[in-house]
Amino acid sequence: MTPQLHGAPLNGSDNSTPPTPLHTVSSFVQKMFIIIELEVRKLRHDPSQLITRAAQPTLWLVVFGQVFTRIRAIPTGDISYLDFMTPGILAQSVLFMAIFNGLSIIWEKDLGILHKLMVSPTPRVAMVLGKAIASGIRSLSQAVLVYVIAYLLGVQIDWNPLALIGVLSAVILGASLFSTLSLIVACTVKTHERFMGVGQLLTMPLFFASNAIYPIAIMPQWLQMISFVNPLTYLVDALRGLMLLGESTTYPVELDFSILFIITAILATICGRLYPRLVT
Amino acid sequence: MAIINTYQLTKRFDHIIAVNGVTLSVESGEVFGLLGPNGAGKSTMIKMLTTLIRPTIGTAHVAQFDVVQQRSMVQRSIGYVPQALSVDGTLSGYENLLIIAKLYDVPRRKRSPRIREMLSYVGLAEVADRPVRTYSGGMIRRLEMAQALLHRPQVLFLDEPTVGLDPVARKAMWELVKQLRTDYGSTIFLTTHFMEEADTLCDRLAIMHQGQVVVKGTPSELKDSISHLNHATGDRPTLDDVFIHYTGDELASAGDYRDTSITRRTAQRLG
Repeated sequence: MTPQLHGAPLNGSDNSTPPTPLHTVSSFVQKMFIIIELEVRKLRHDPSQLITRAAQPTLWLVVFGQVFTRIRAIPTGDISYLDFMTPGILAQSVLFMAIFNGLSIIWEKDLGILHKLMVSPTPRVAMVLGKAIASGIRSLSQAVLVYVIAYLLGVQIDWNPLALIGVLSAVILGASLFSTLSLIVACTVKTHERFMGVGQLLTMPLFFASNAIYPIAIMPQWLQMISFVNPLTYLVDALRGLMLLGESTTYPVELDFSILFIITAILATICGRLYPRLVT
Repeated sequence: MAIINTYQLTKRFDHIIAVNGVTLSVESGEVFGLLGPNGAGKSTMIKMLTTLIRPTIGTAHVAQFDVVQQRSMVQRSIGYVPQALSVDGTLSGYENLLIIAKLYDVPRRKRSPRIREMLSYVGLAEVADRPVRTYSGGMIRRLEMAQALLHRPQVLFLDEPTVGLDPVARKAMWELVKQLRTDYGSTIFLTTHFMEEADTLCDRLAIMHQGQVVVKGTPSELKDSISHLNHATGDRPTLDDVFIHYTGDELASAGDYRDTSITRRTAQRLG
């Protein structure tokens, strides 16, 4: 073991320029992308989780979707029920995948990997957002799957490239939102067992109190109120506007995006504050 | 010149005072050992010095920076090998170091040579591209050392560096630590509860018990401090005797459920 040193003792950092505001912002974004890179590298080494995730949306679209389209029980205006629910199922699979993202941070905390990231000069919110956006990238596999099934089932899809880019952005944004929410839960409960409980508790109400598989208009008043404050509603609405041919949204797509963006920013800020709790 | 200074450093969790008014200083270039039974507050000390948790009362300076006010400057000045596992098993050794090099702003053109240099320094150059889950416990510890040294820190913190390692890997770790101080002259702050380790590696020691430093000094000063006591055998006391004398031989001091679980899990993963 011969030391290959350049005669340098361990003397200080490589970077000693004083930070300017611009430098702070660019460094924040840079660090966020490094965390995304870390997550994507992990995913590339072990992509098996993407395959097991494919079952659920397939079942919903092929079984539930086909049956409910046939009985015409739910009024969906000009479009068929299957068309109506396809964006809802994409949003659902994004939600279900992202909401358990917090499990991975508990796992990393138990291992000690989180400690090494926390002692590095990385802003905590950049760590949160990096992990959240990476979960969005994971969700893109679900988007591809839903498009394939929808195409095979004859859903009226808008293939305009701008619309497709819009869908990808909405998926990443929505996944980031729910993934950050999930990280907040993880910072609060700290153990796998308790996390699973809370995770299960969250998913179904978020799903059913949204416009994913039925329009808001047919909901009872109290449920409409809940769906109004449910972020999933705005994700579904944006996806519906972008994915399908024809007019089918409740709100303007720009409004959906703005709401999702603001909620994500707020949750990420809260989560950045809570993050140190994981390593105490 | 002191490179670590703490003054009345205290950490209180809900009902427990984990660290209680610790004042100590570590000189630049020395290997300093913090000893104590599980639950004595060693890990809490290290977490405060590495900015992972904030002190409740008191101050700490590392490399002249305040651990609360100047967190990111402290972070750039230190390397940390936590007690638990800190490398990702699905990534290769090289990839683990690459991410860390980026997070510490090692300039792009320096990254690859620096990573190769550190990997060969710890003797992992040949296995750099293998996933870390195929490494042995000793190799993982070495990779973690390389990871902590990548940005050329002034102070290296090692939390229980040889816990869970077999005797061969443990000896190899000791050699690596000695090598480090010879080659780099770096300051090393380590916690341990192996007396042999403390005796072999450390220039100075502090023994913690129930959140407080009960005694500090060089290994021989500590041994001398109890040599006046009547030992049945009449031999010079060992560090074990020192440890037992100052911490009491109590089962109650063996740490709580959480400590035990962490230690066992680490041992299992590395072993």
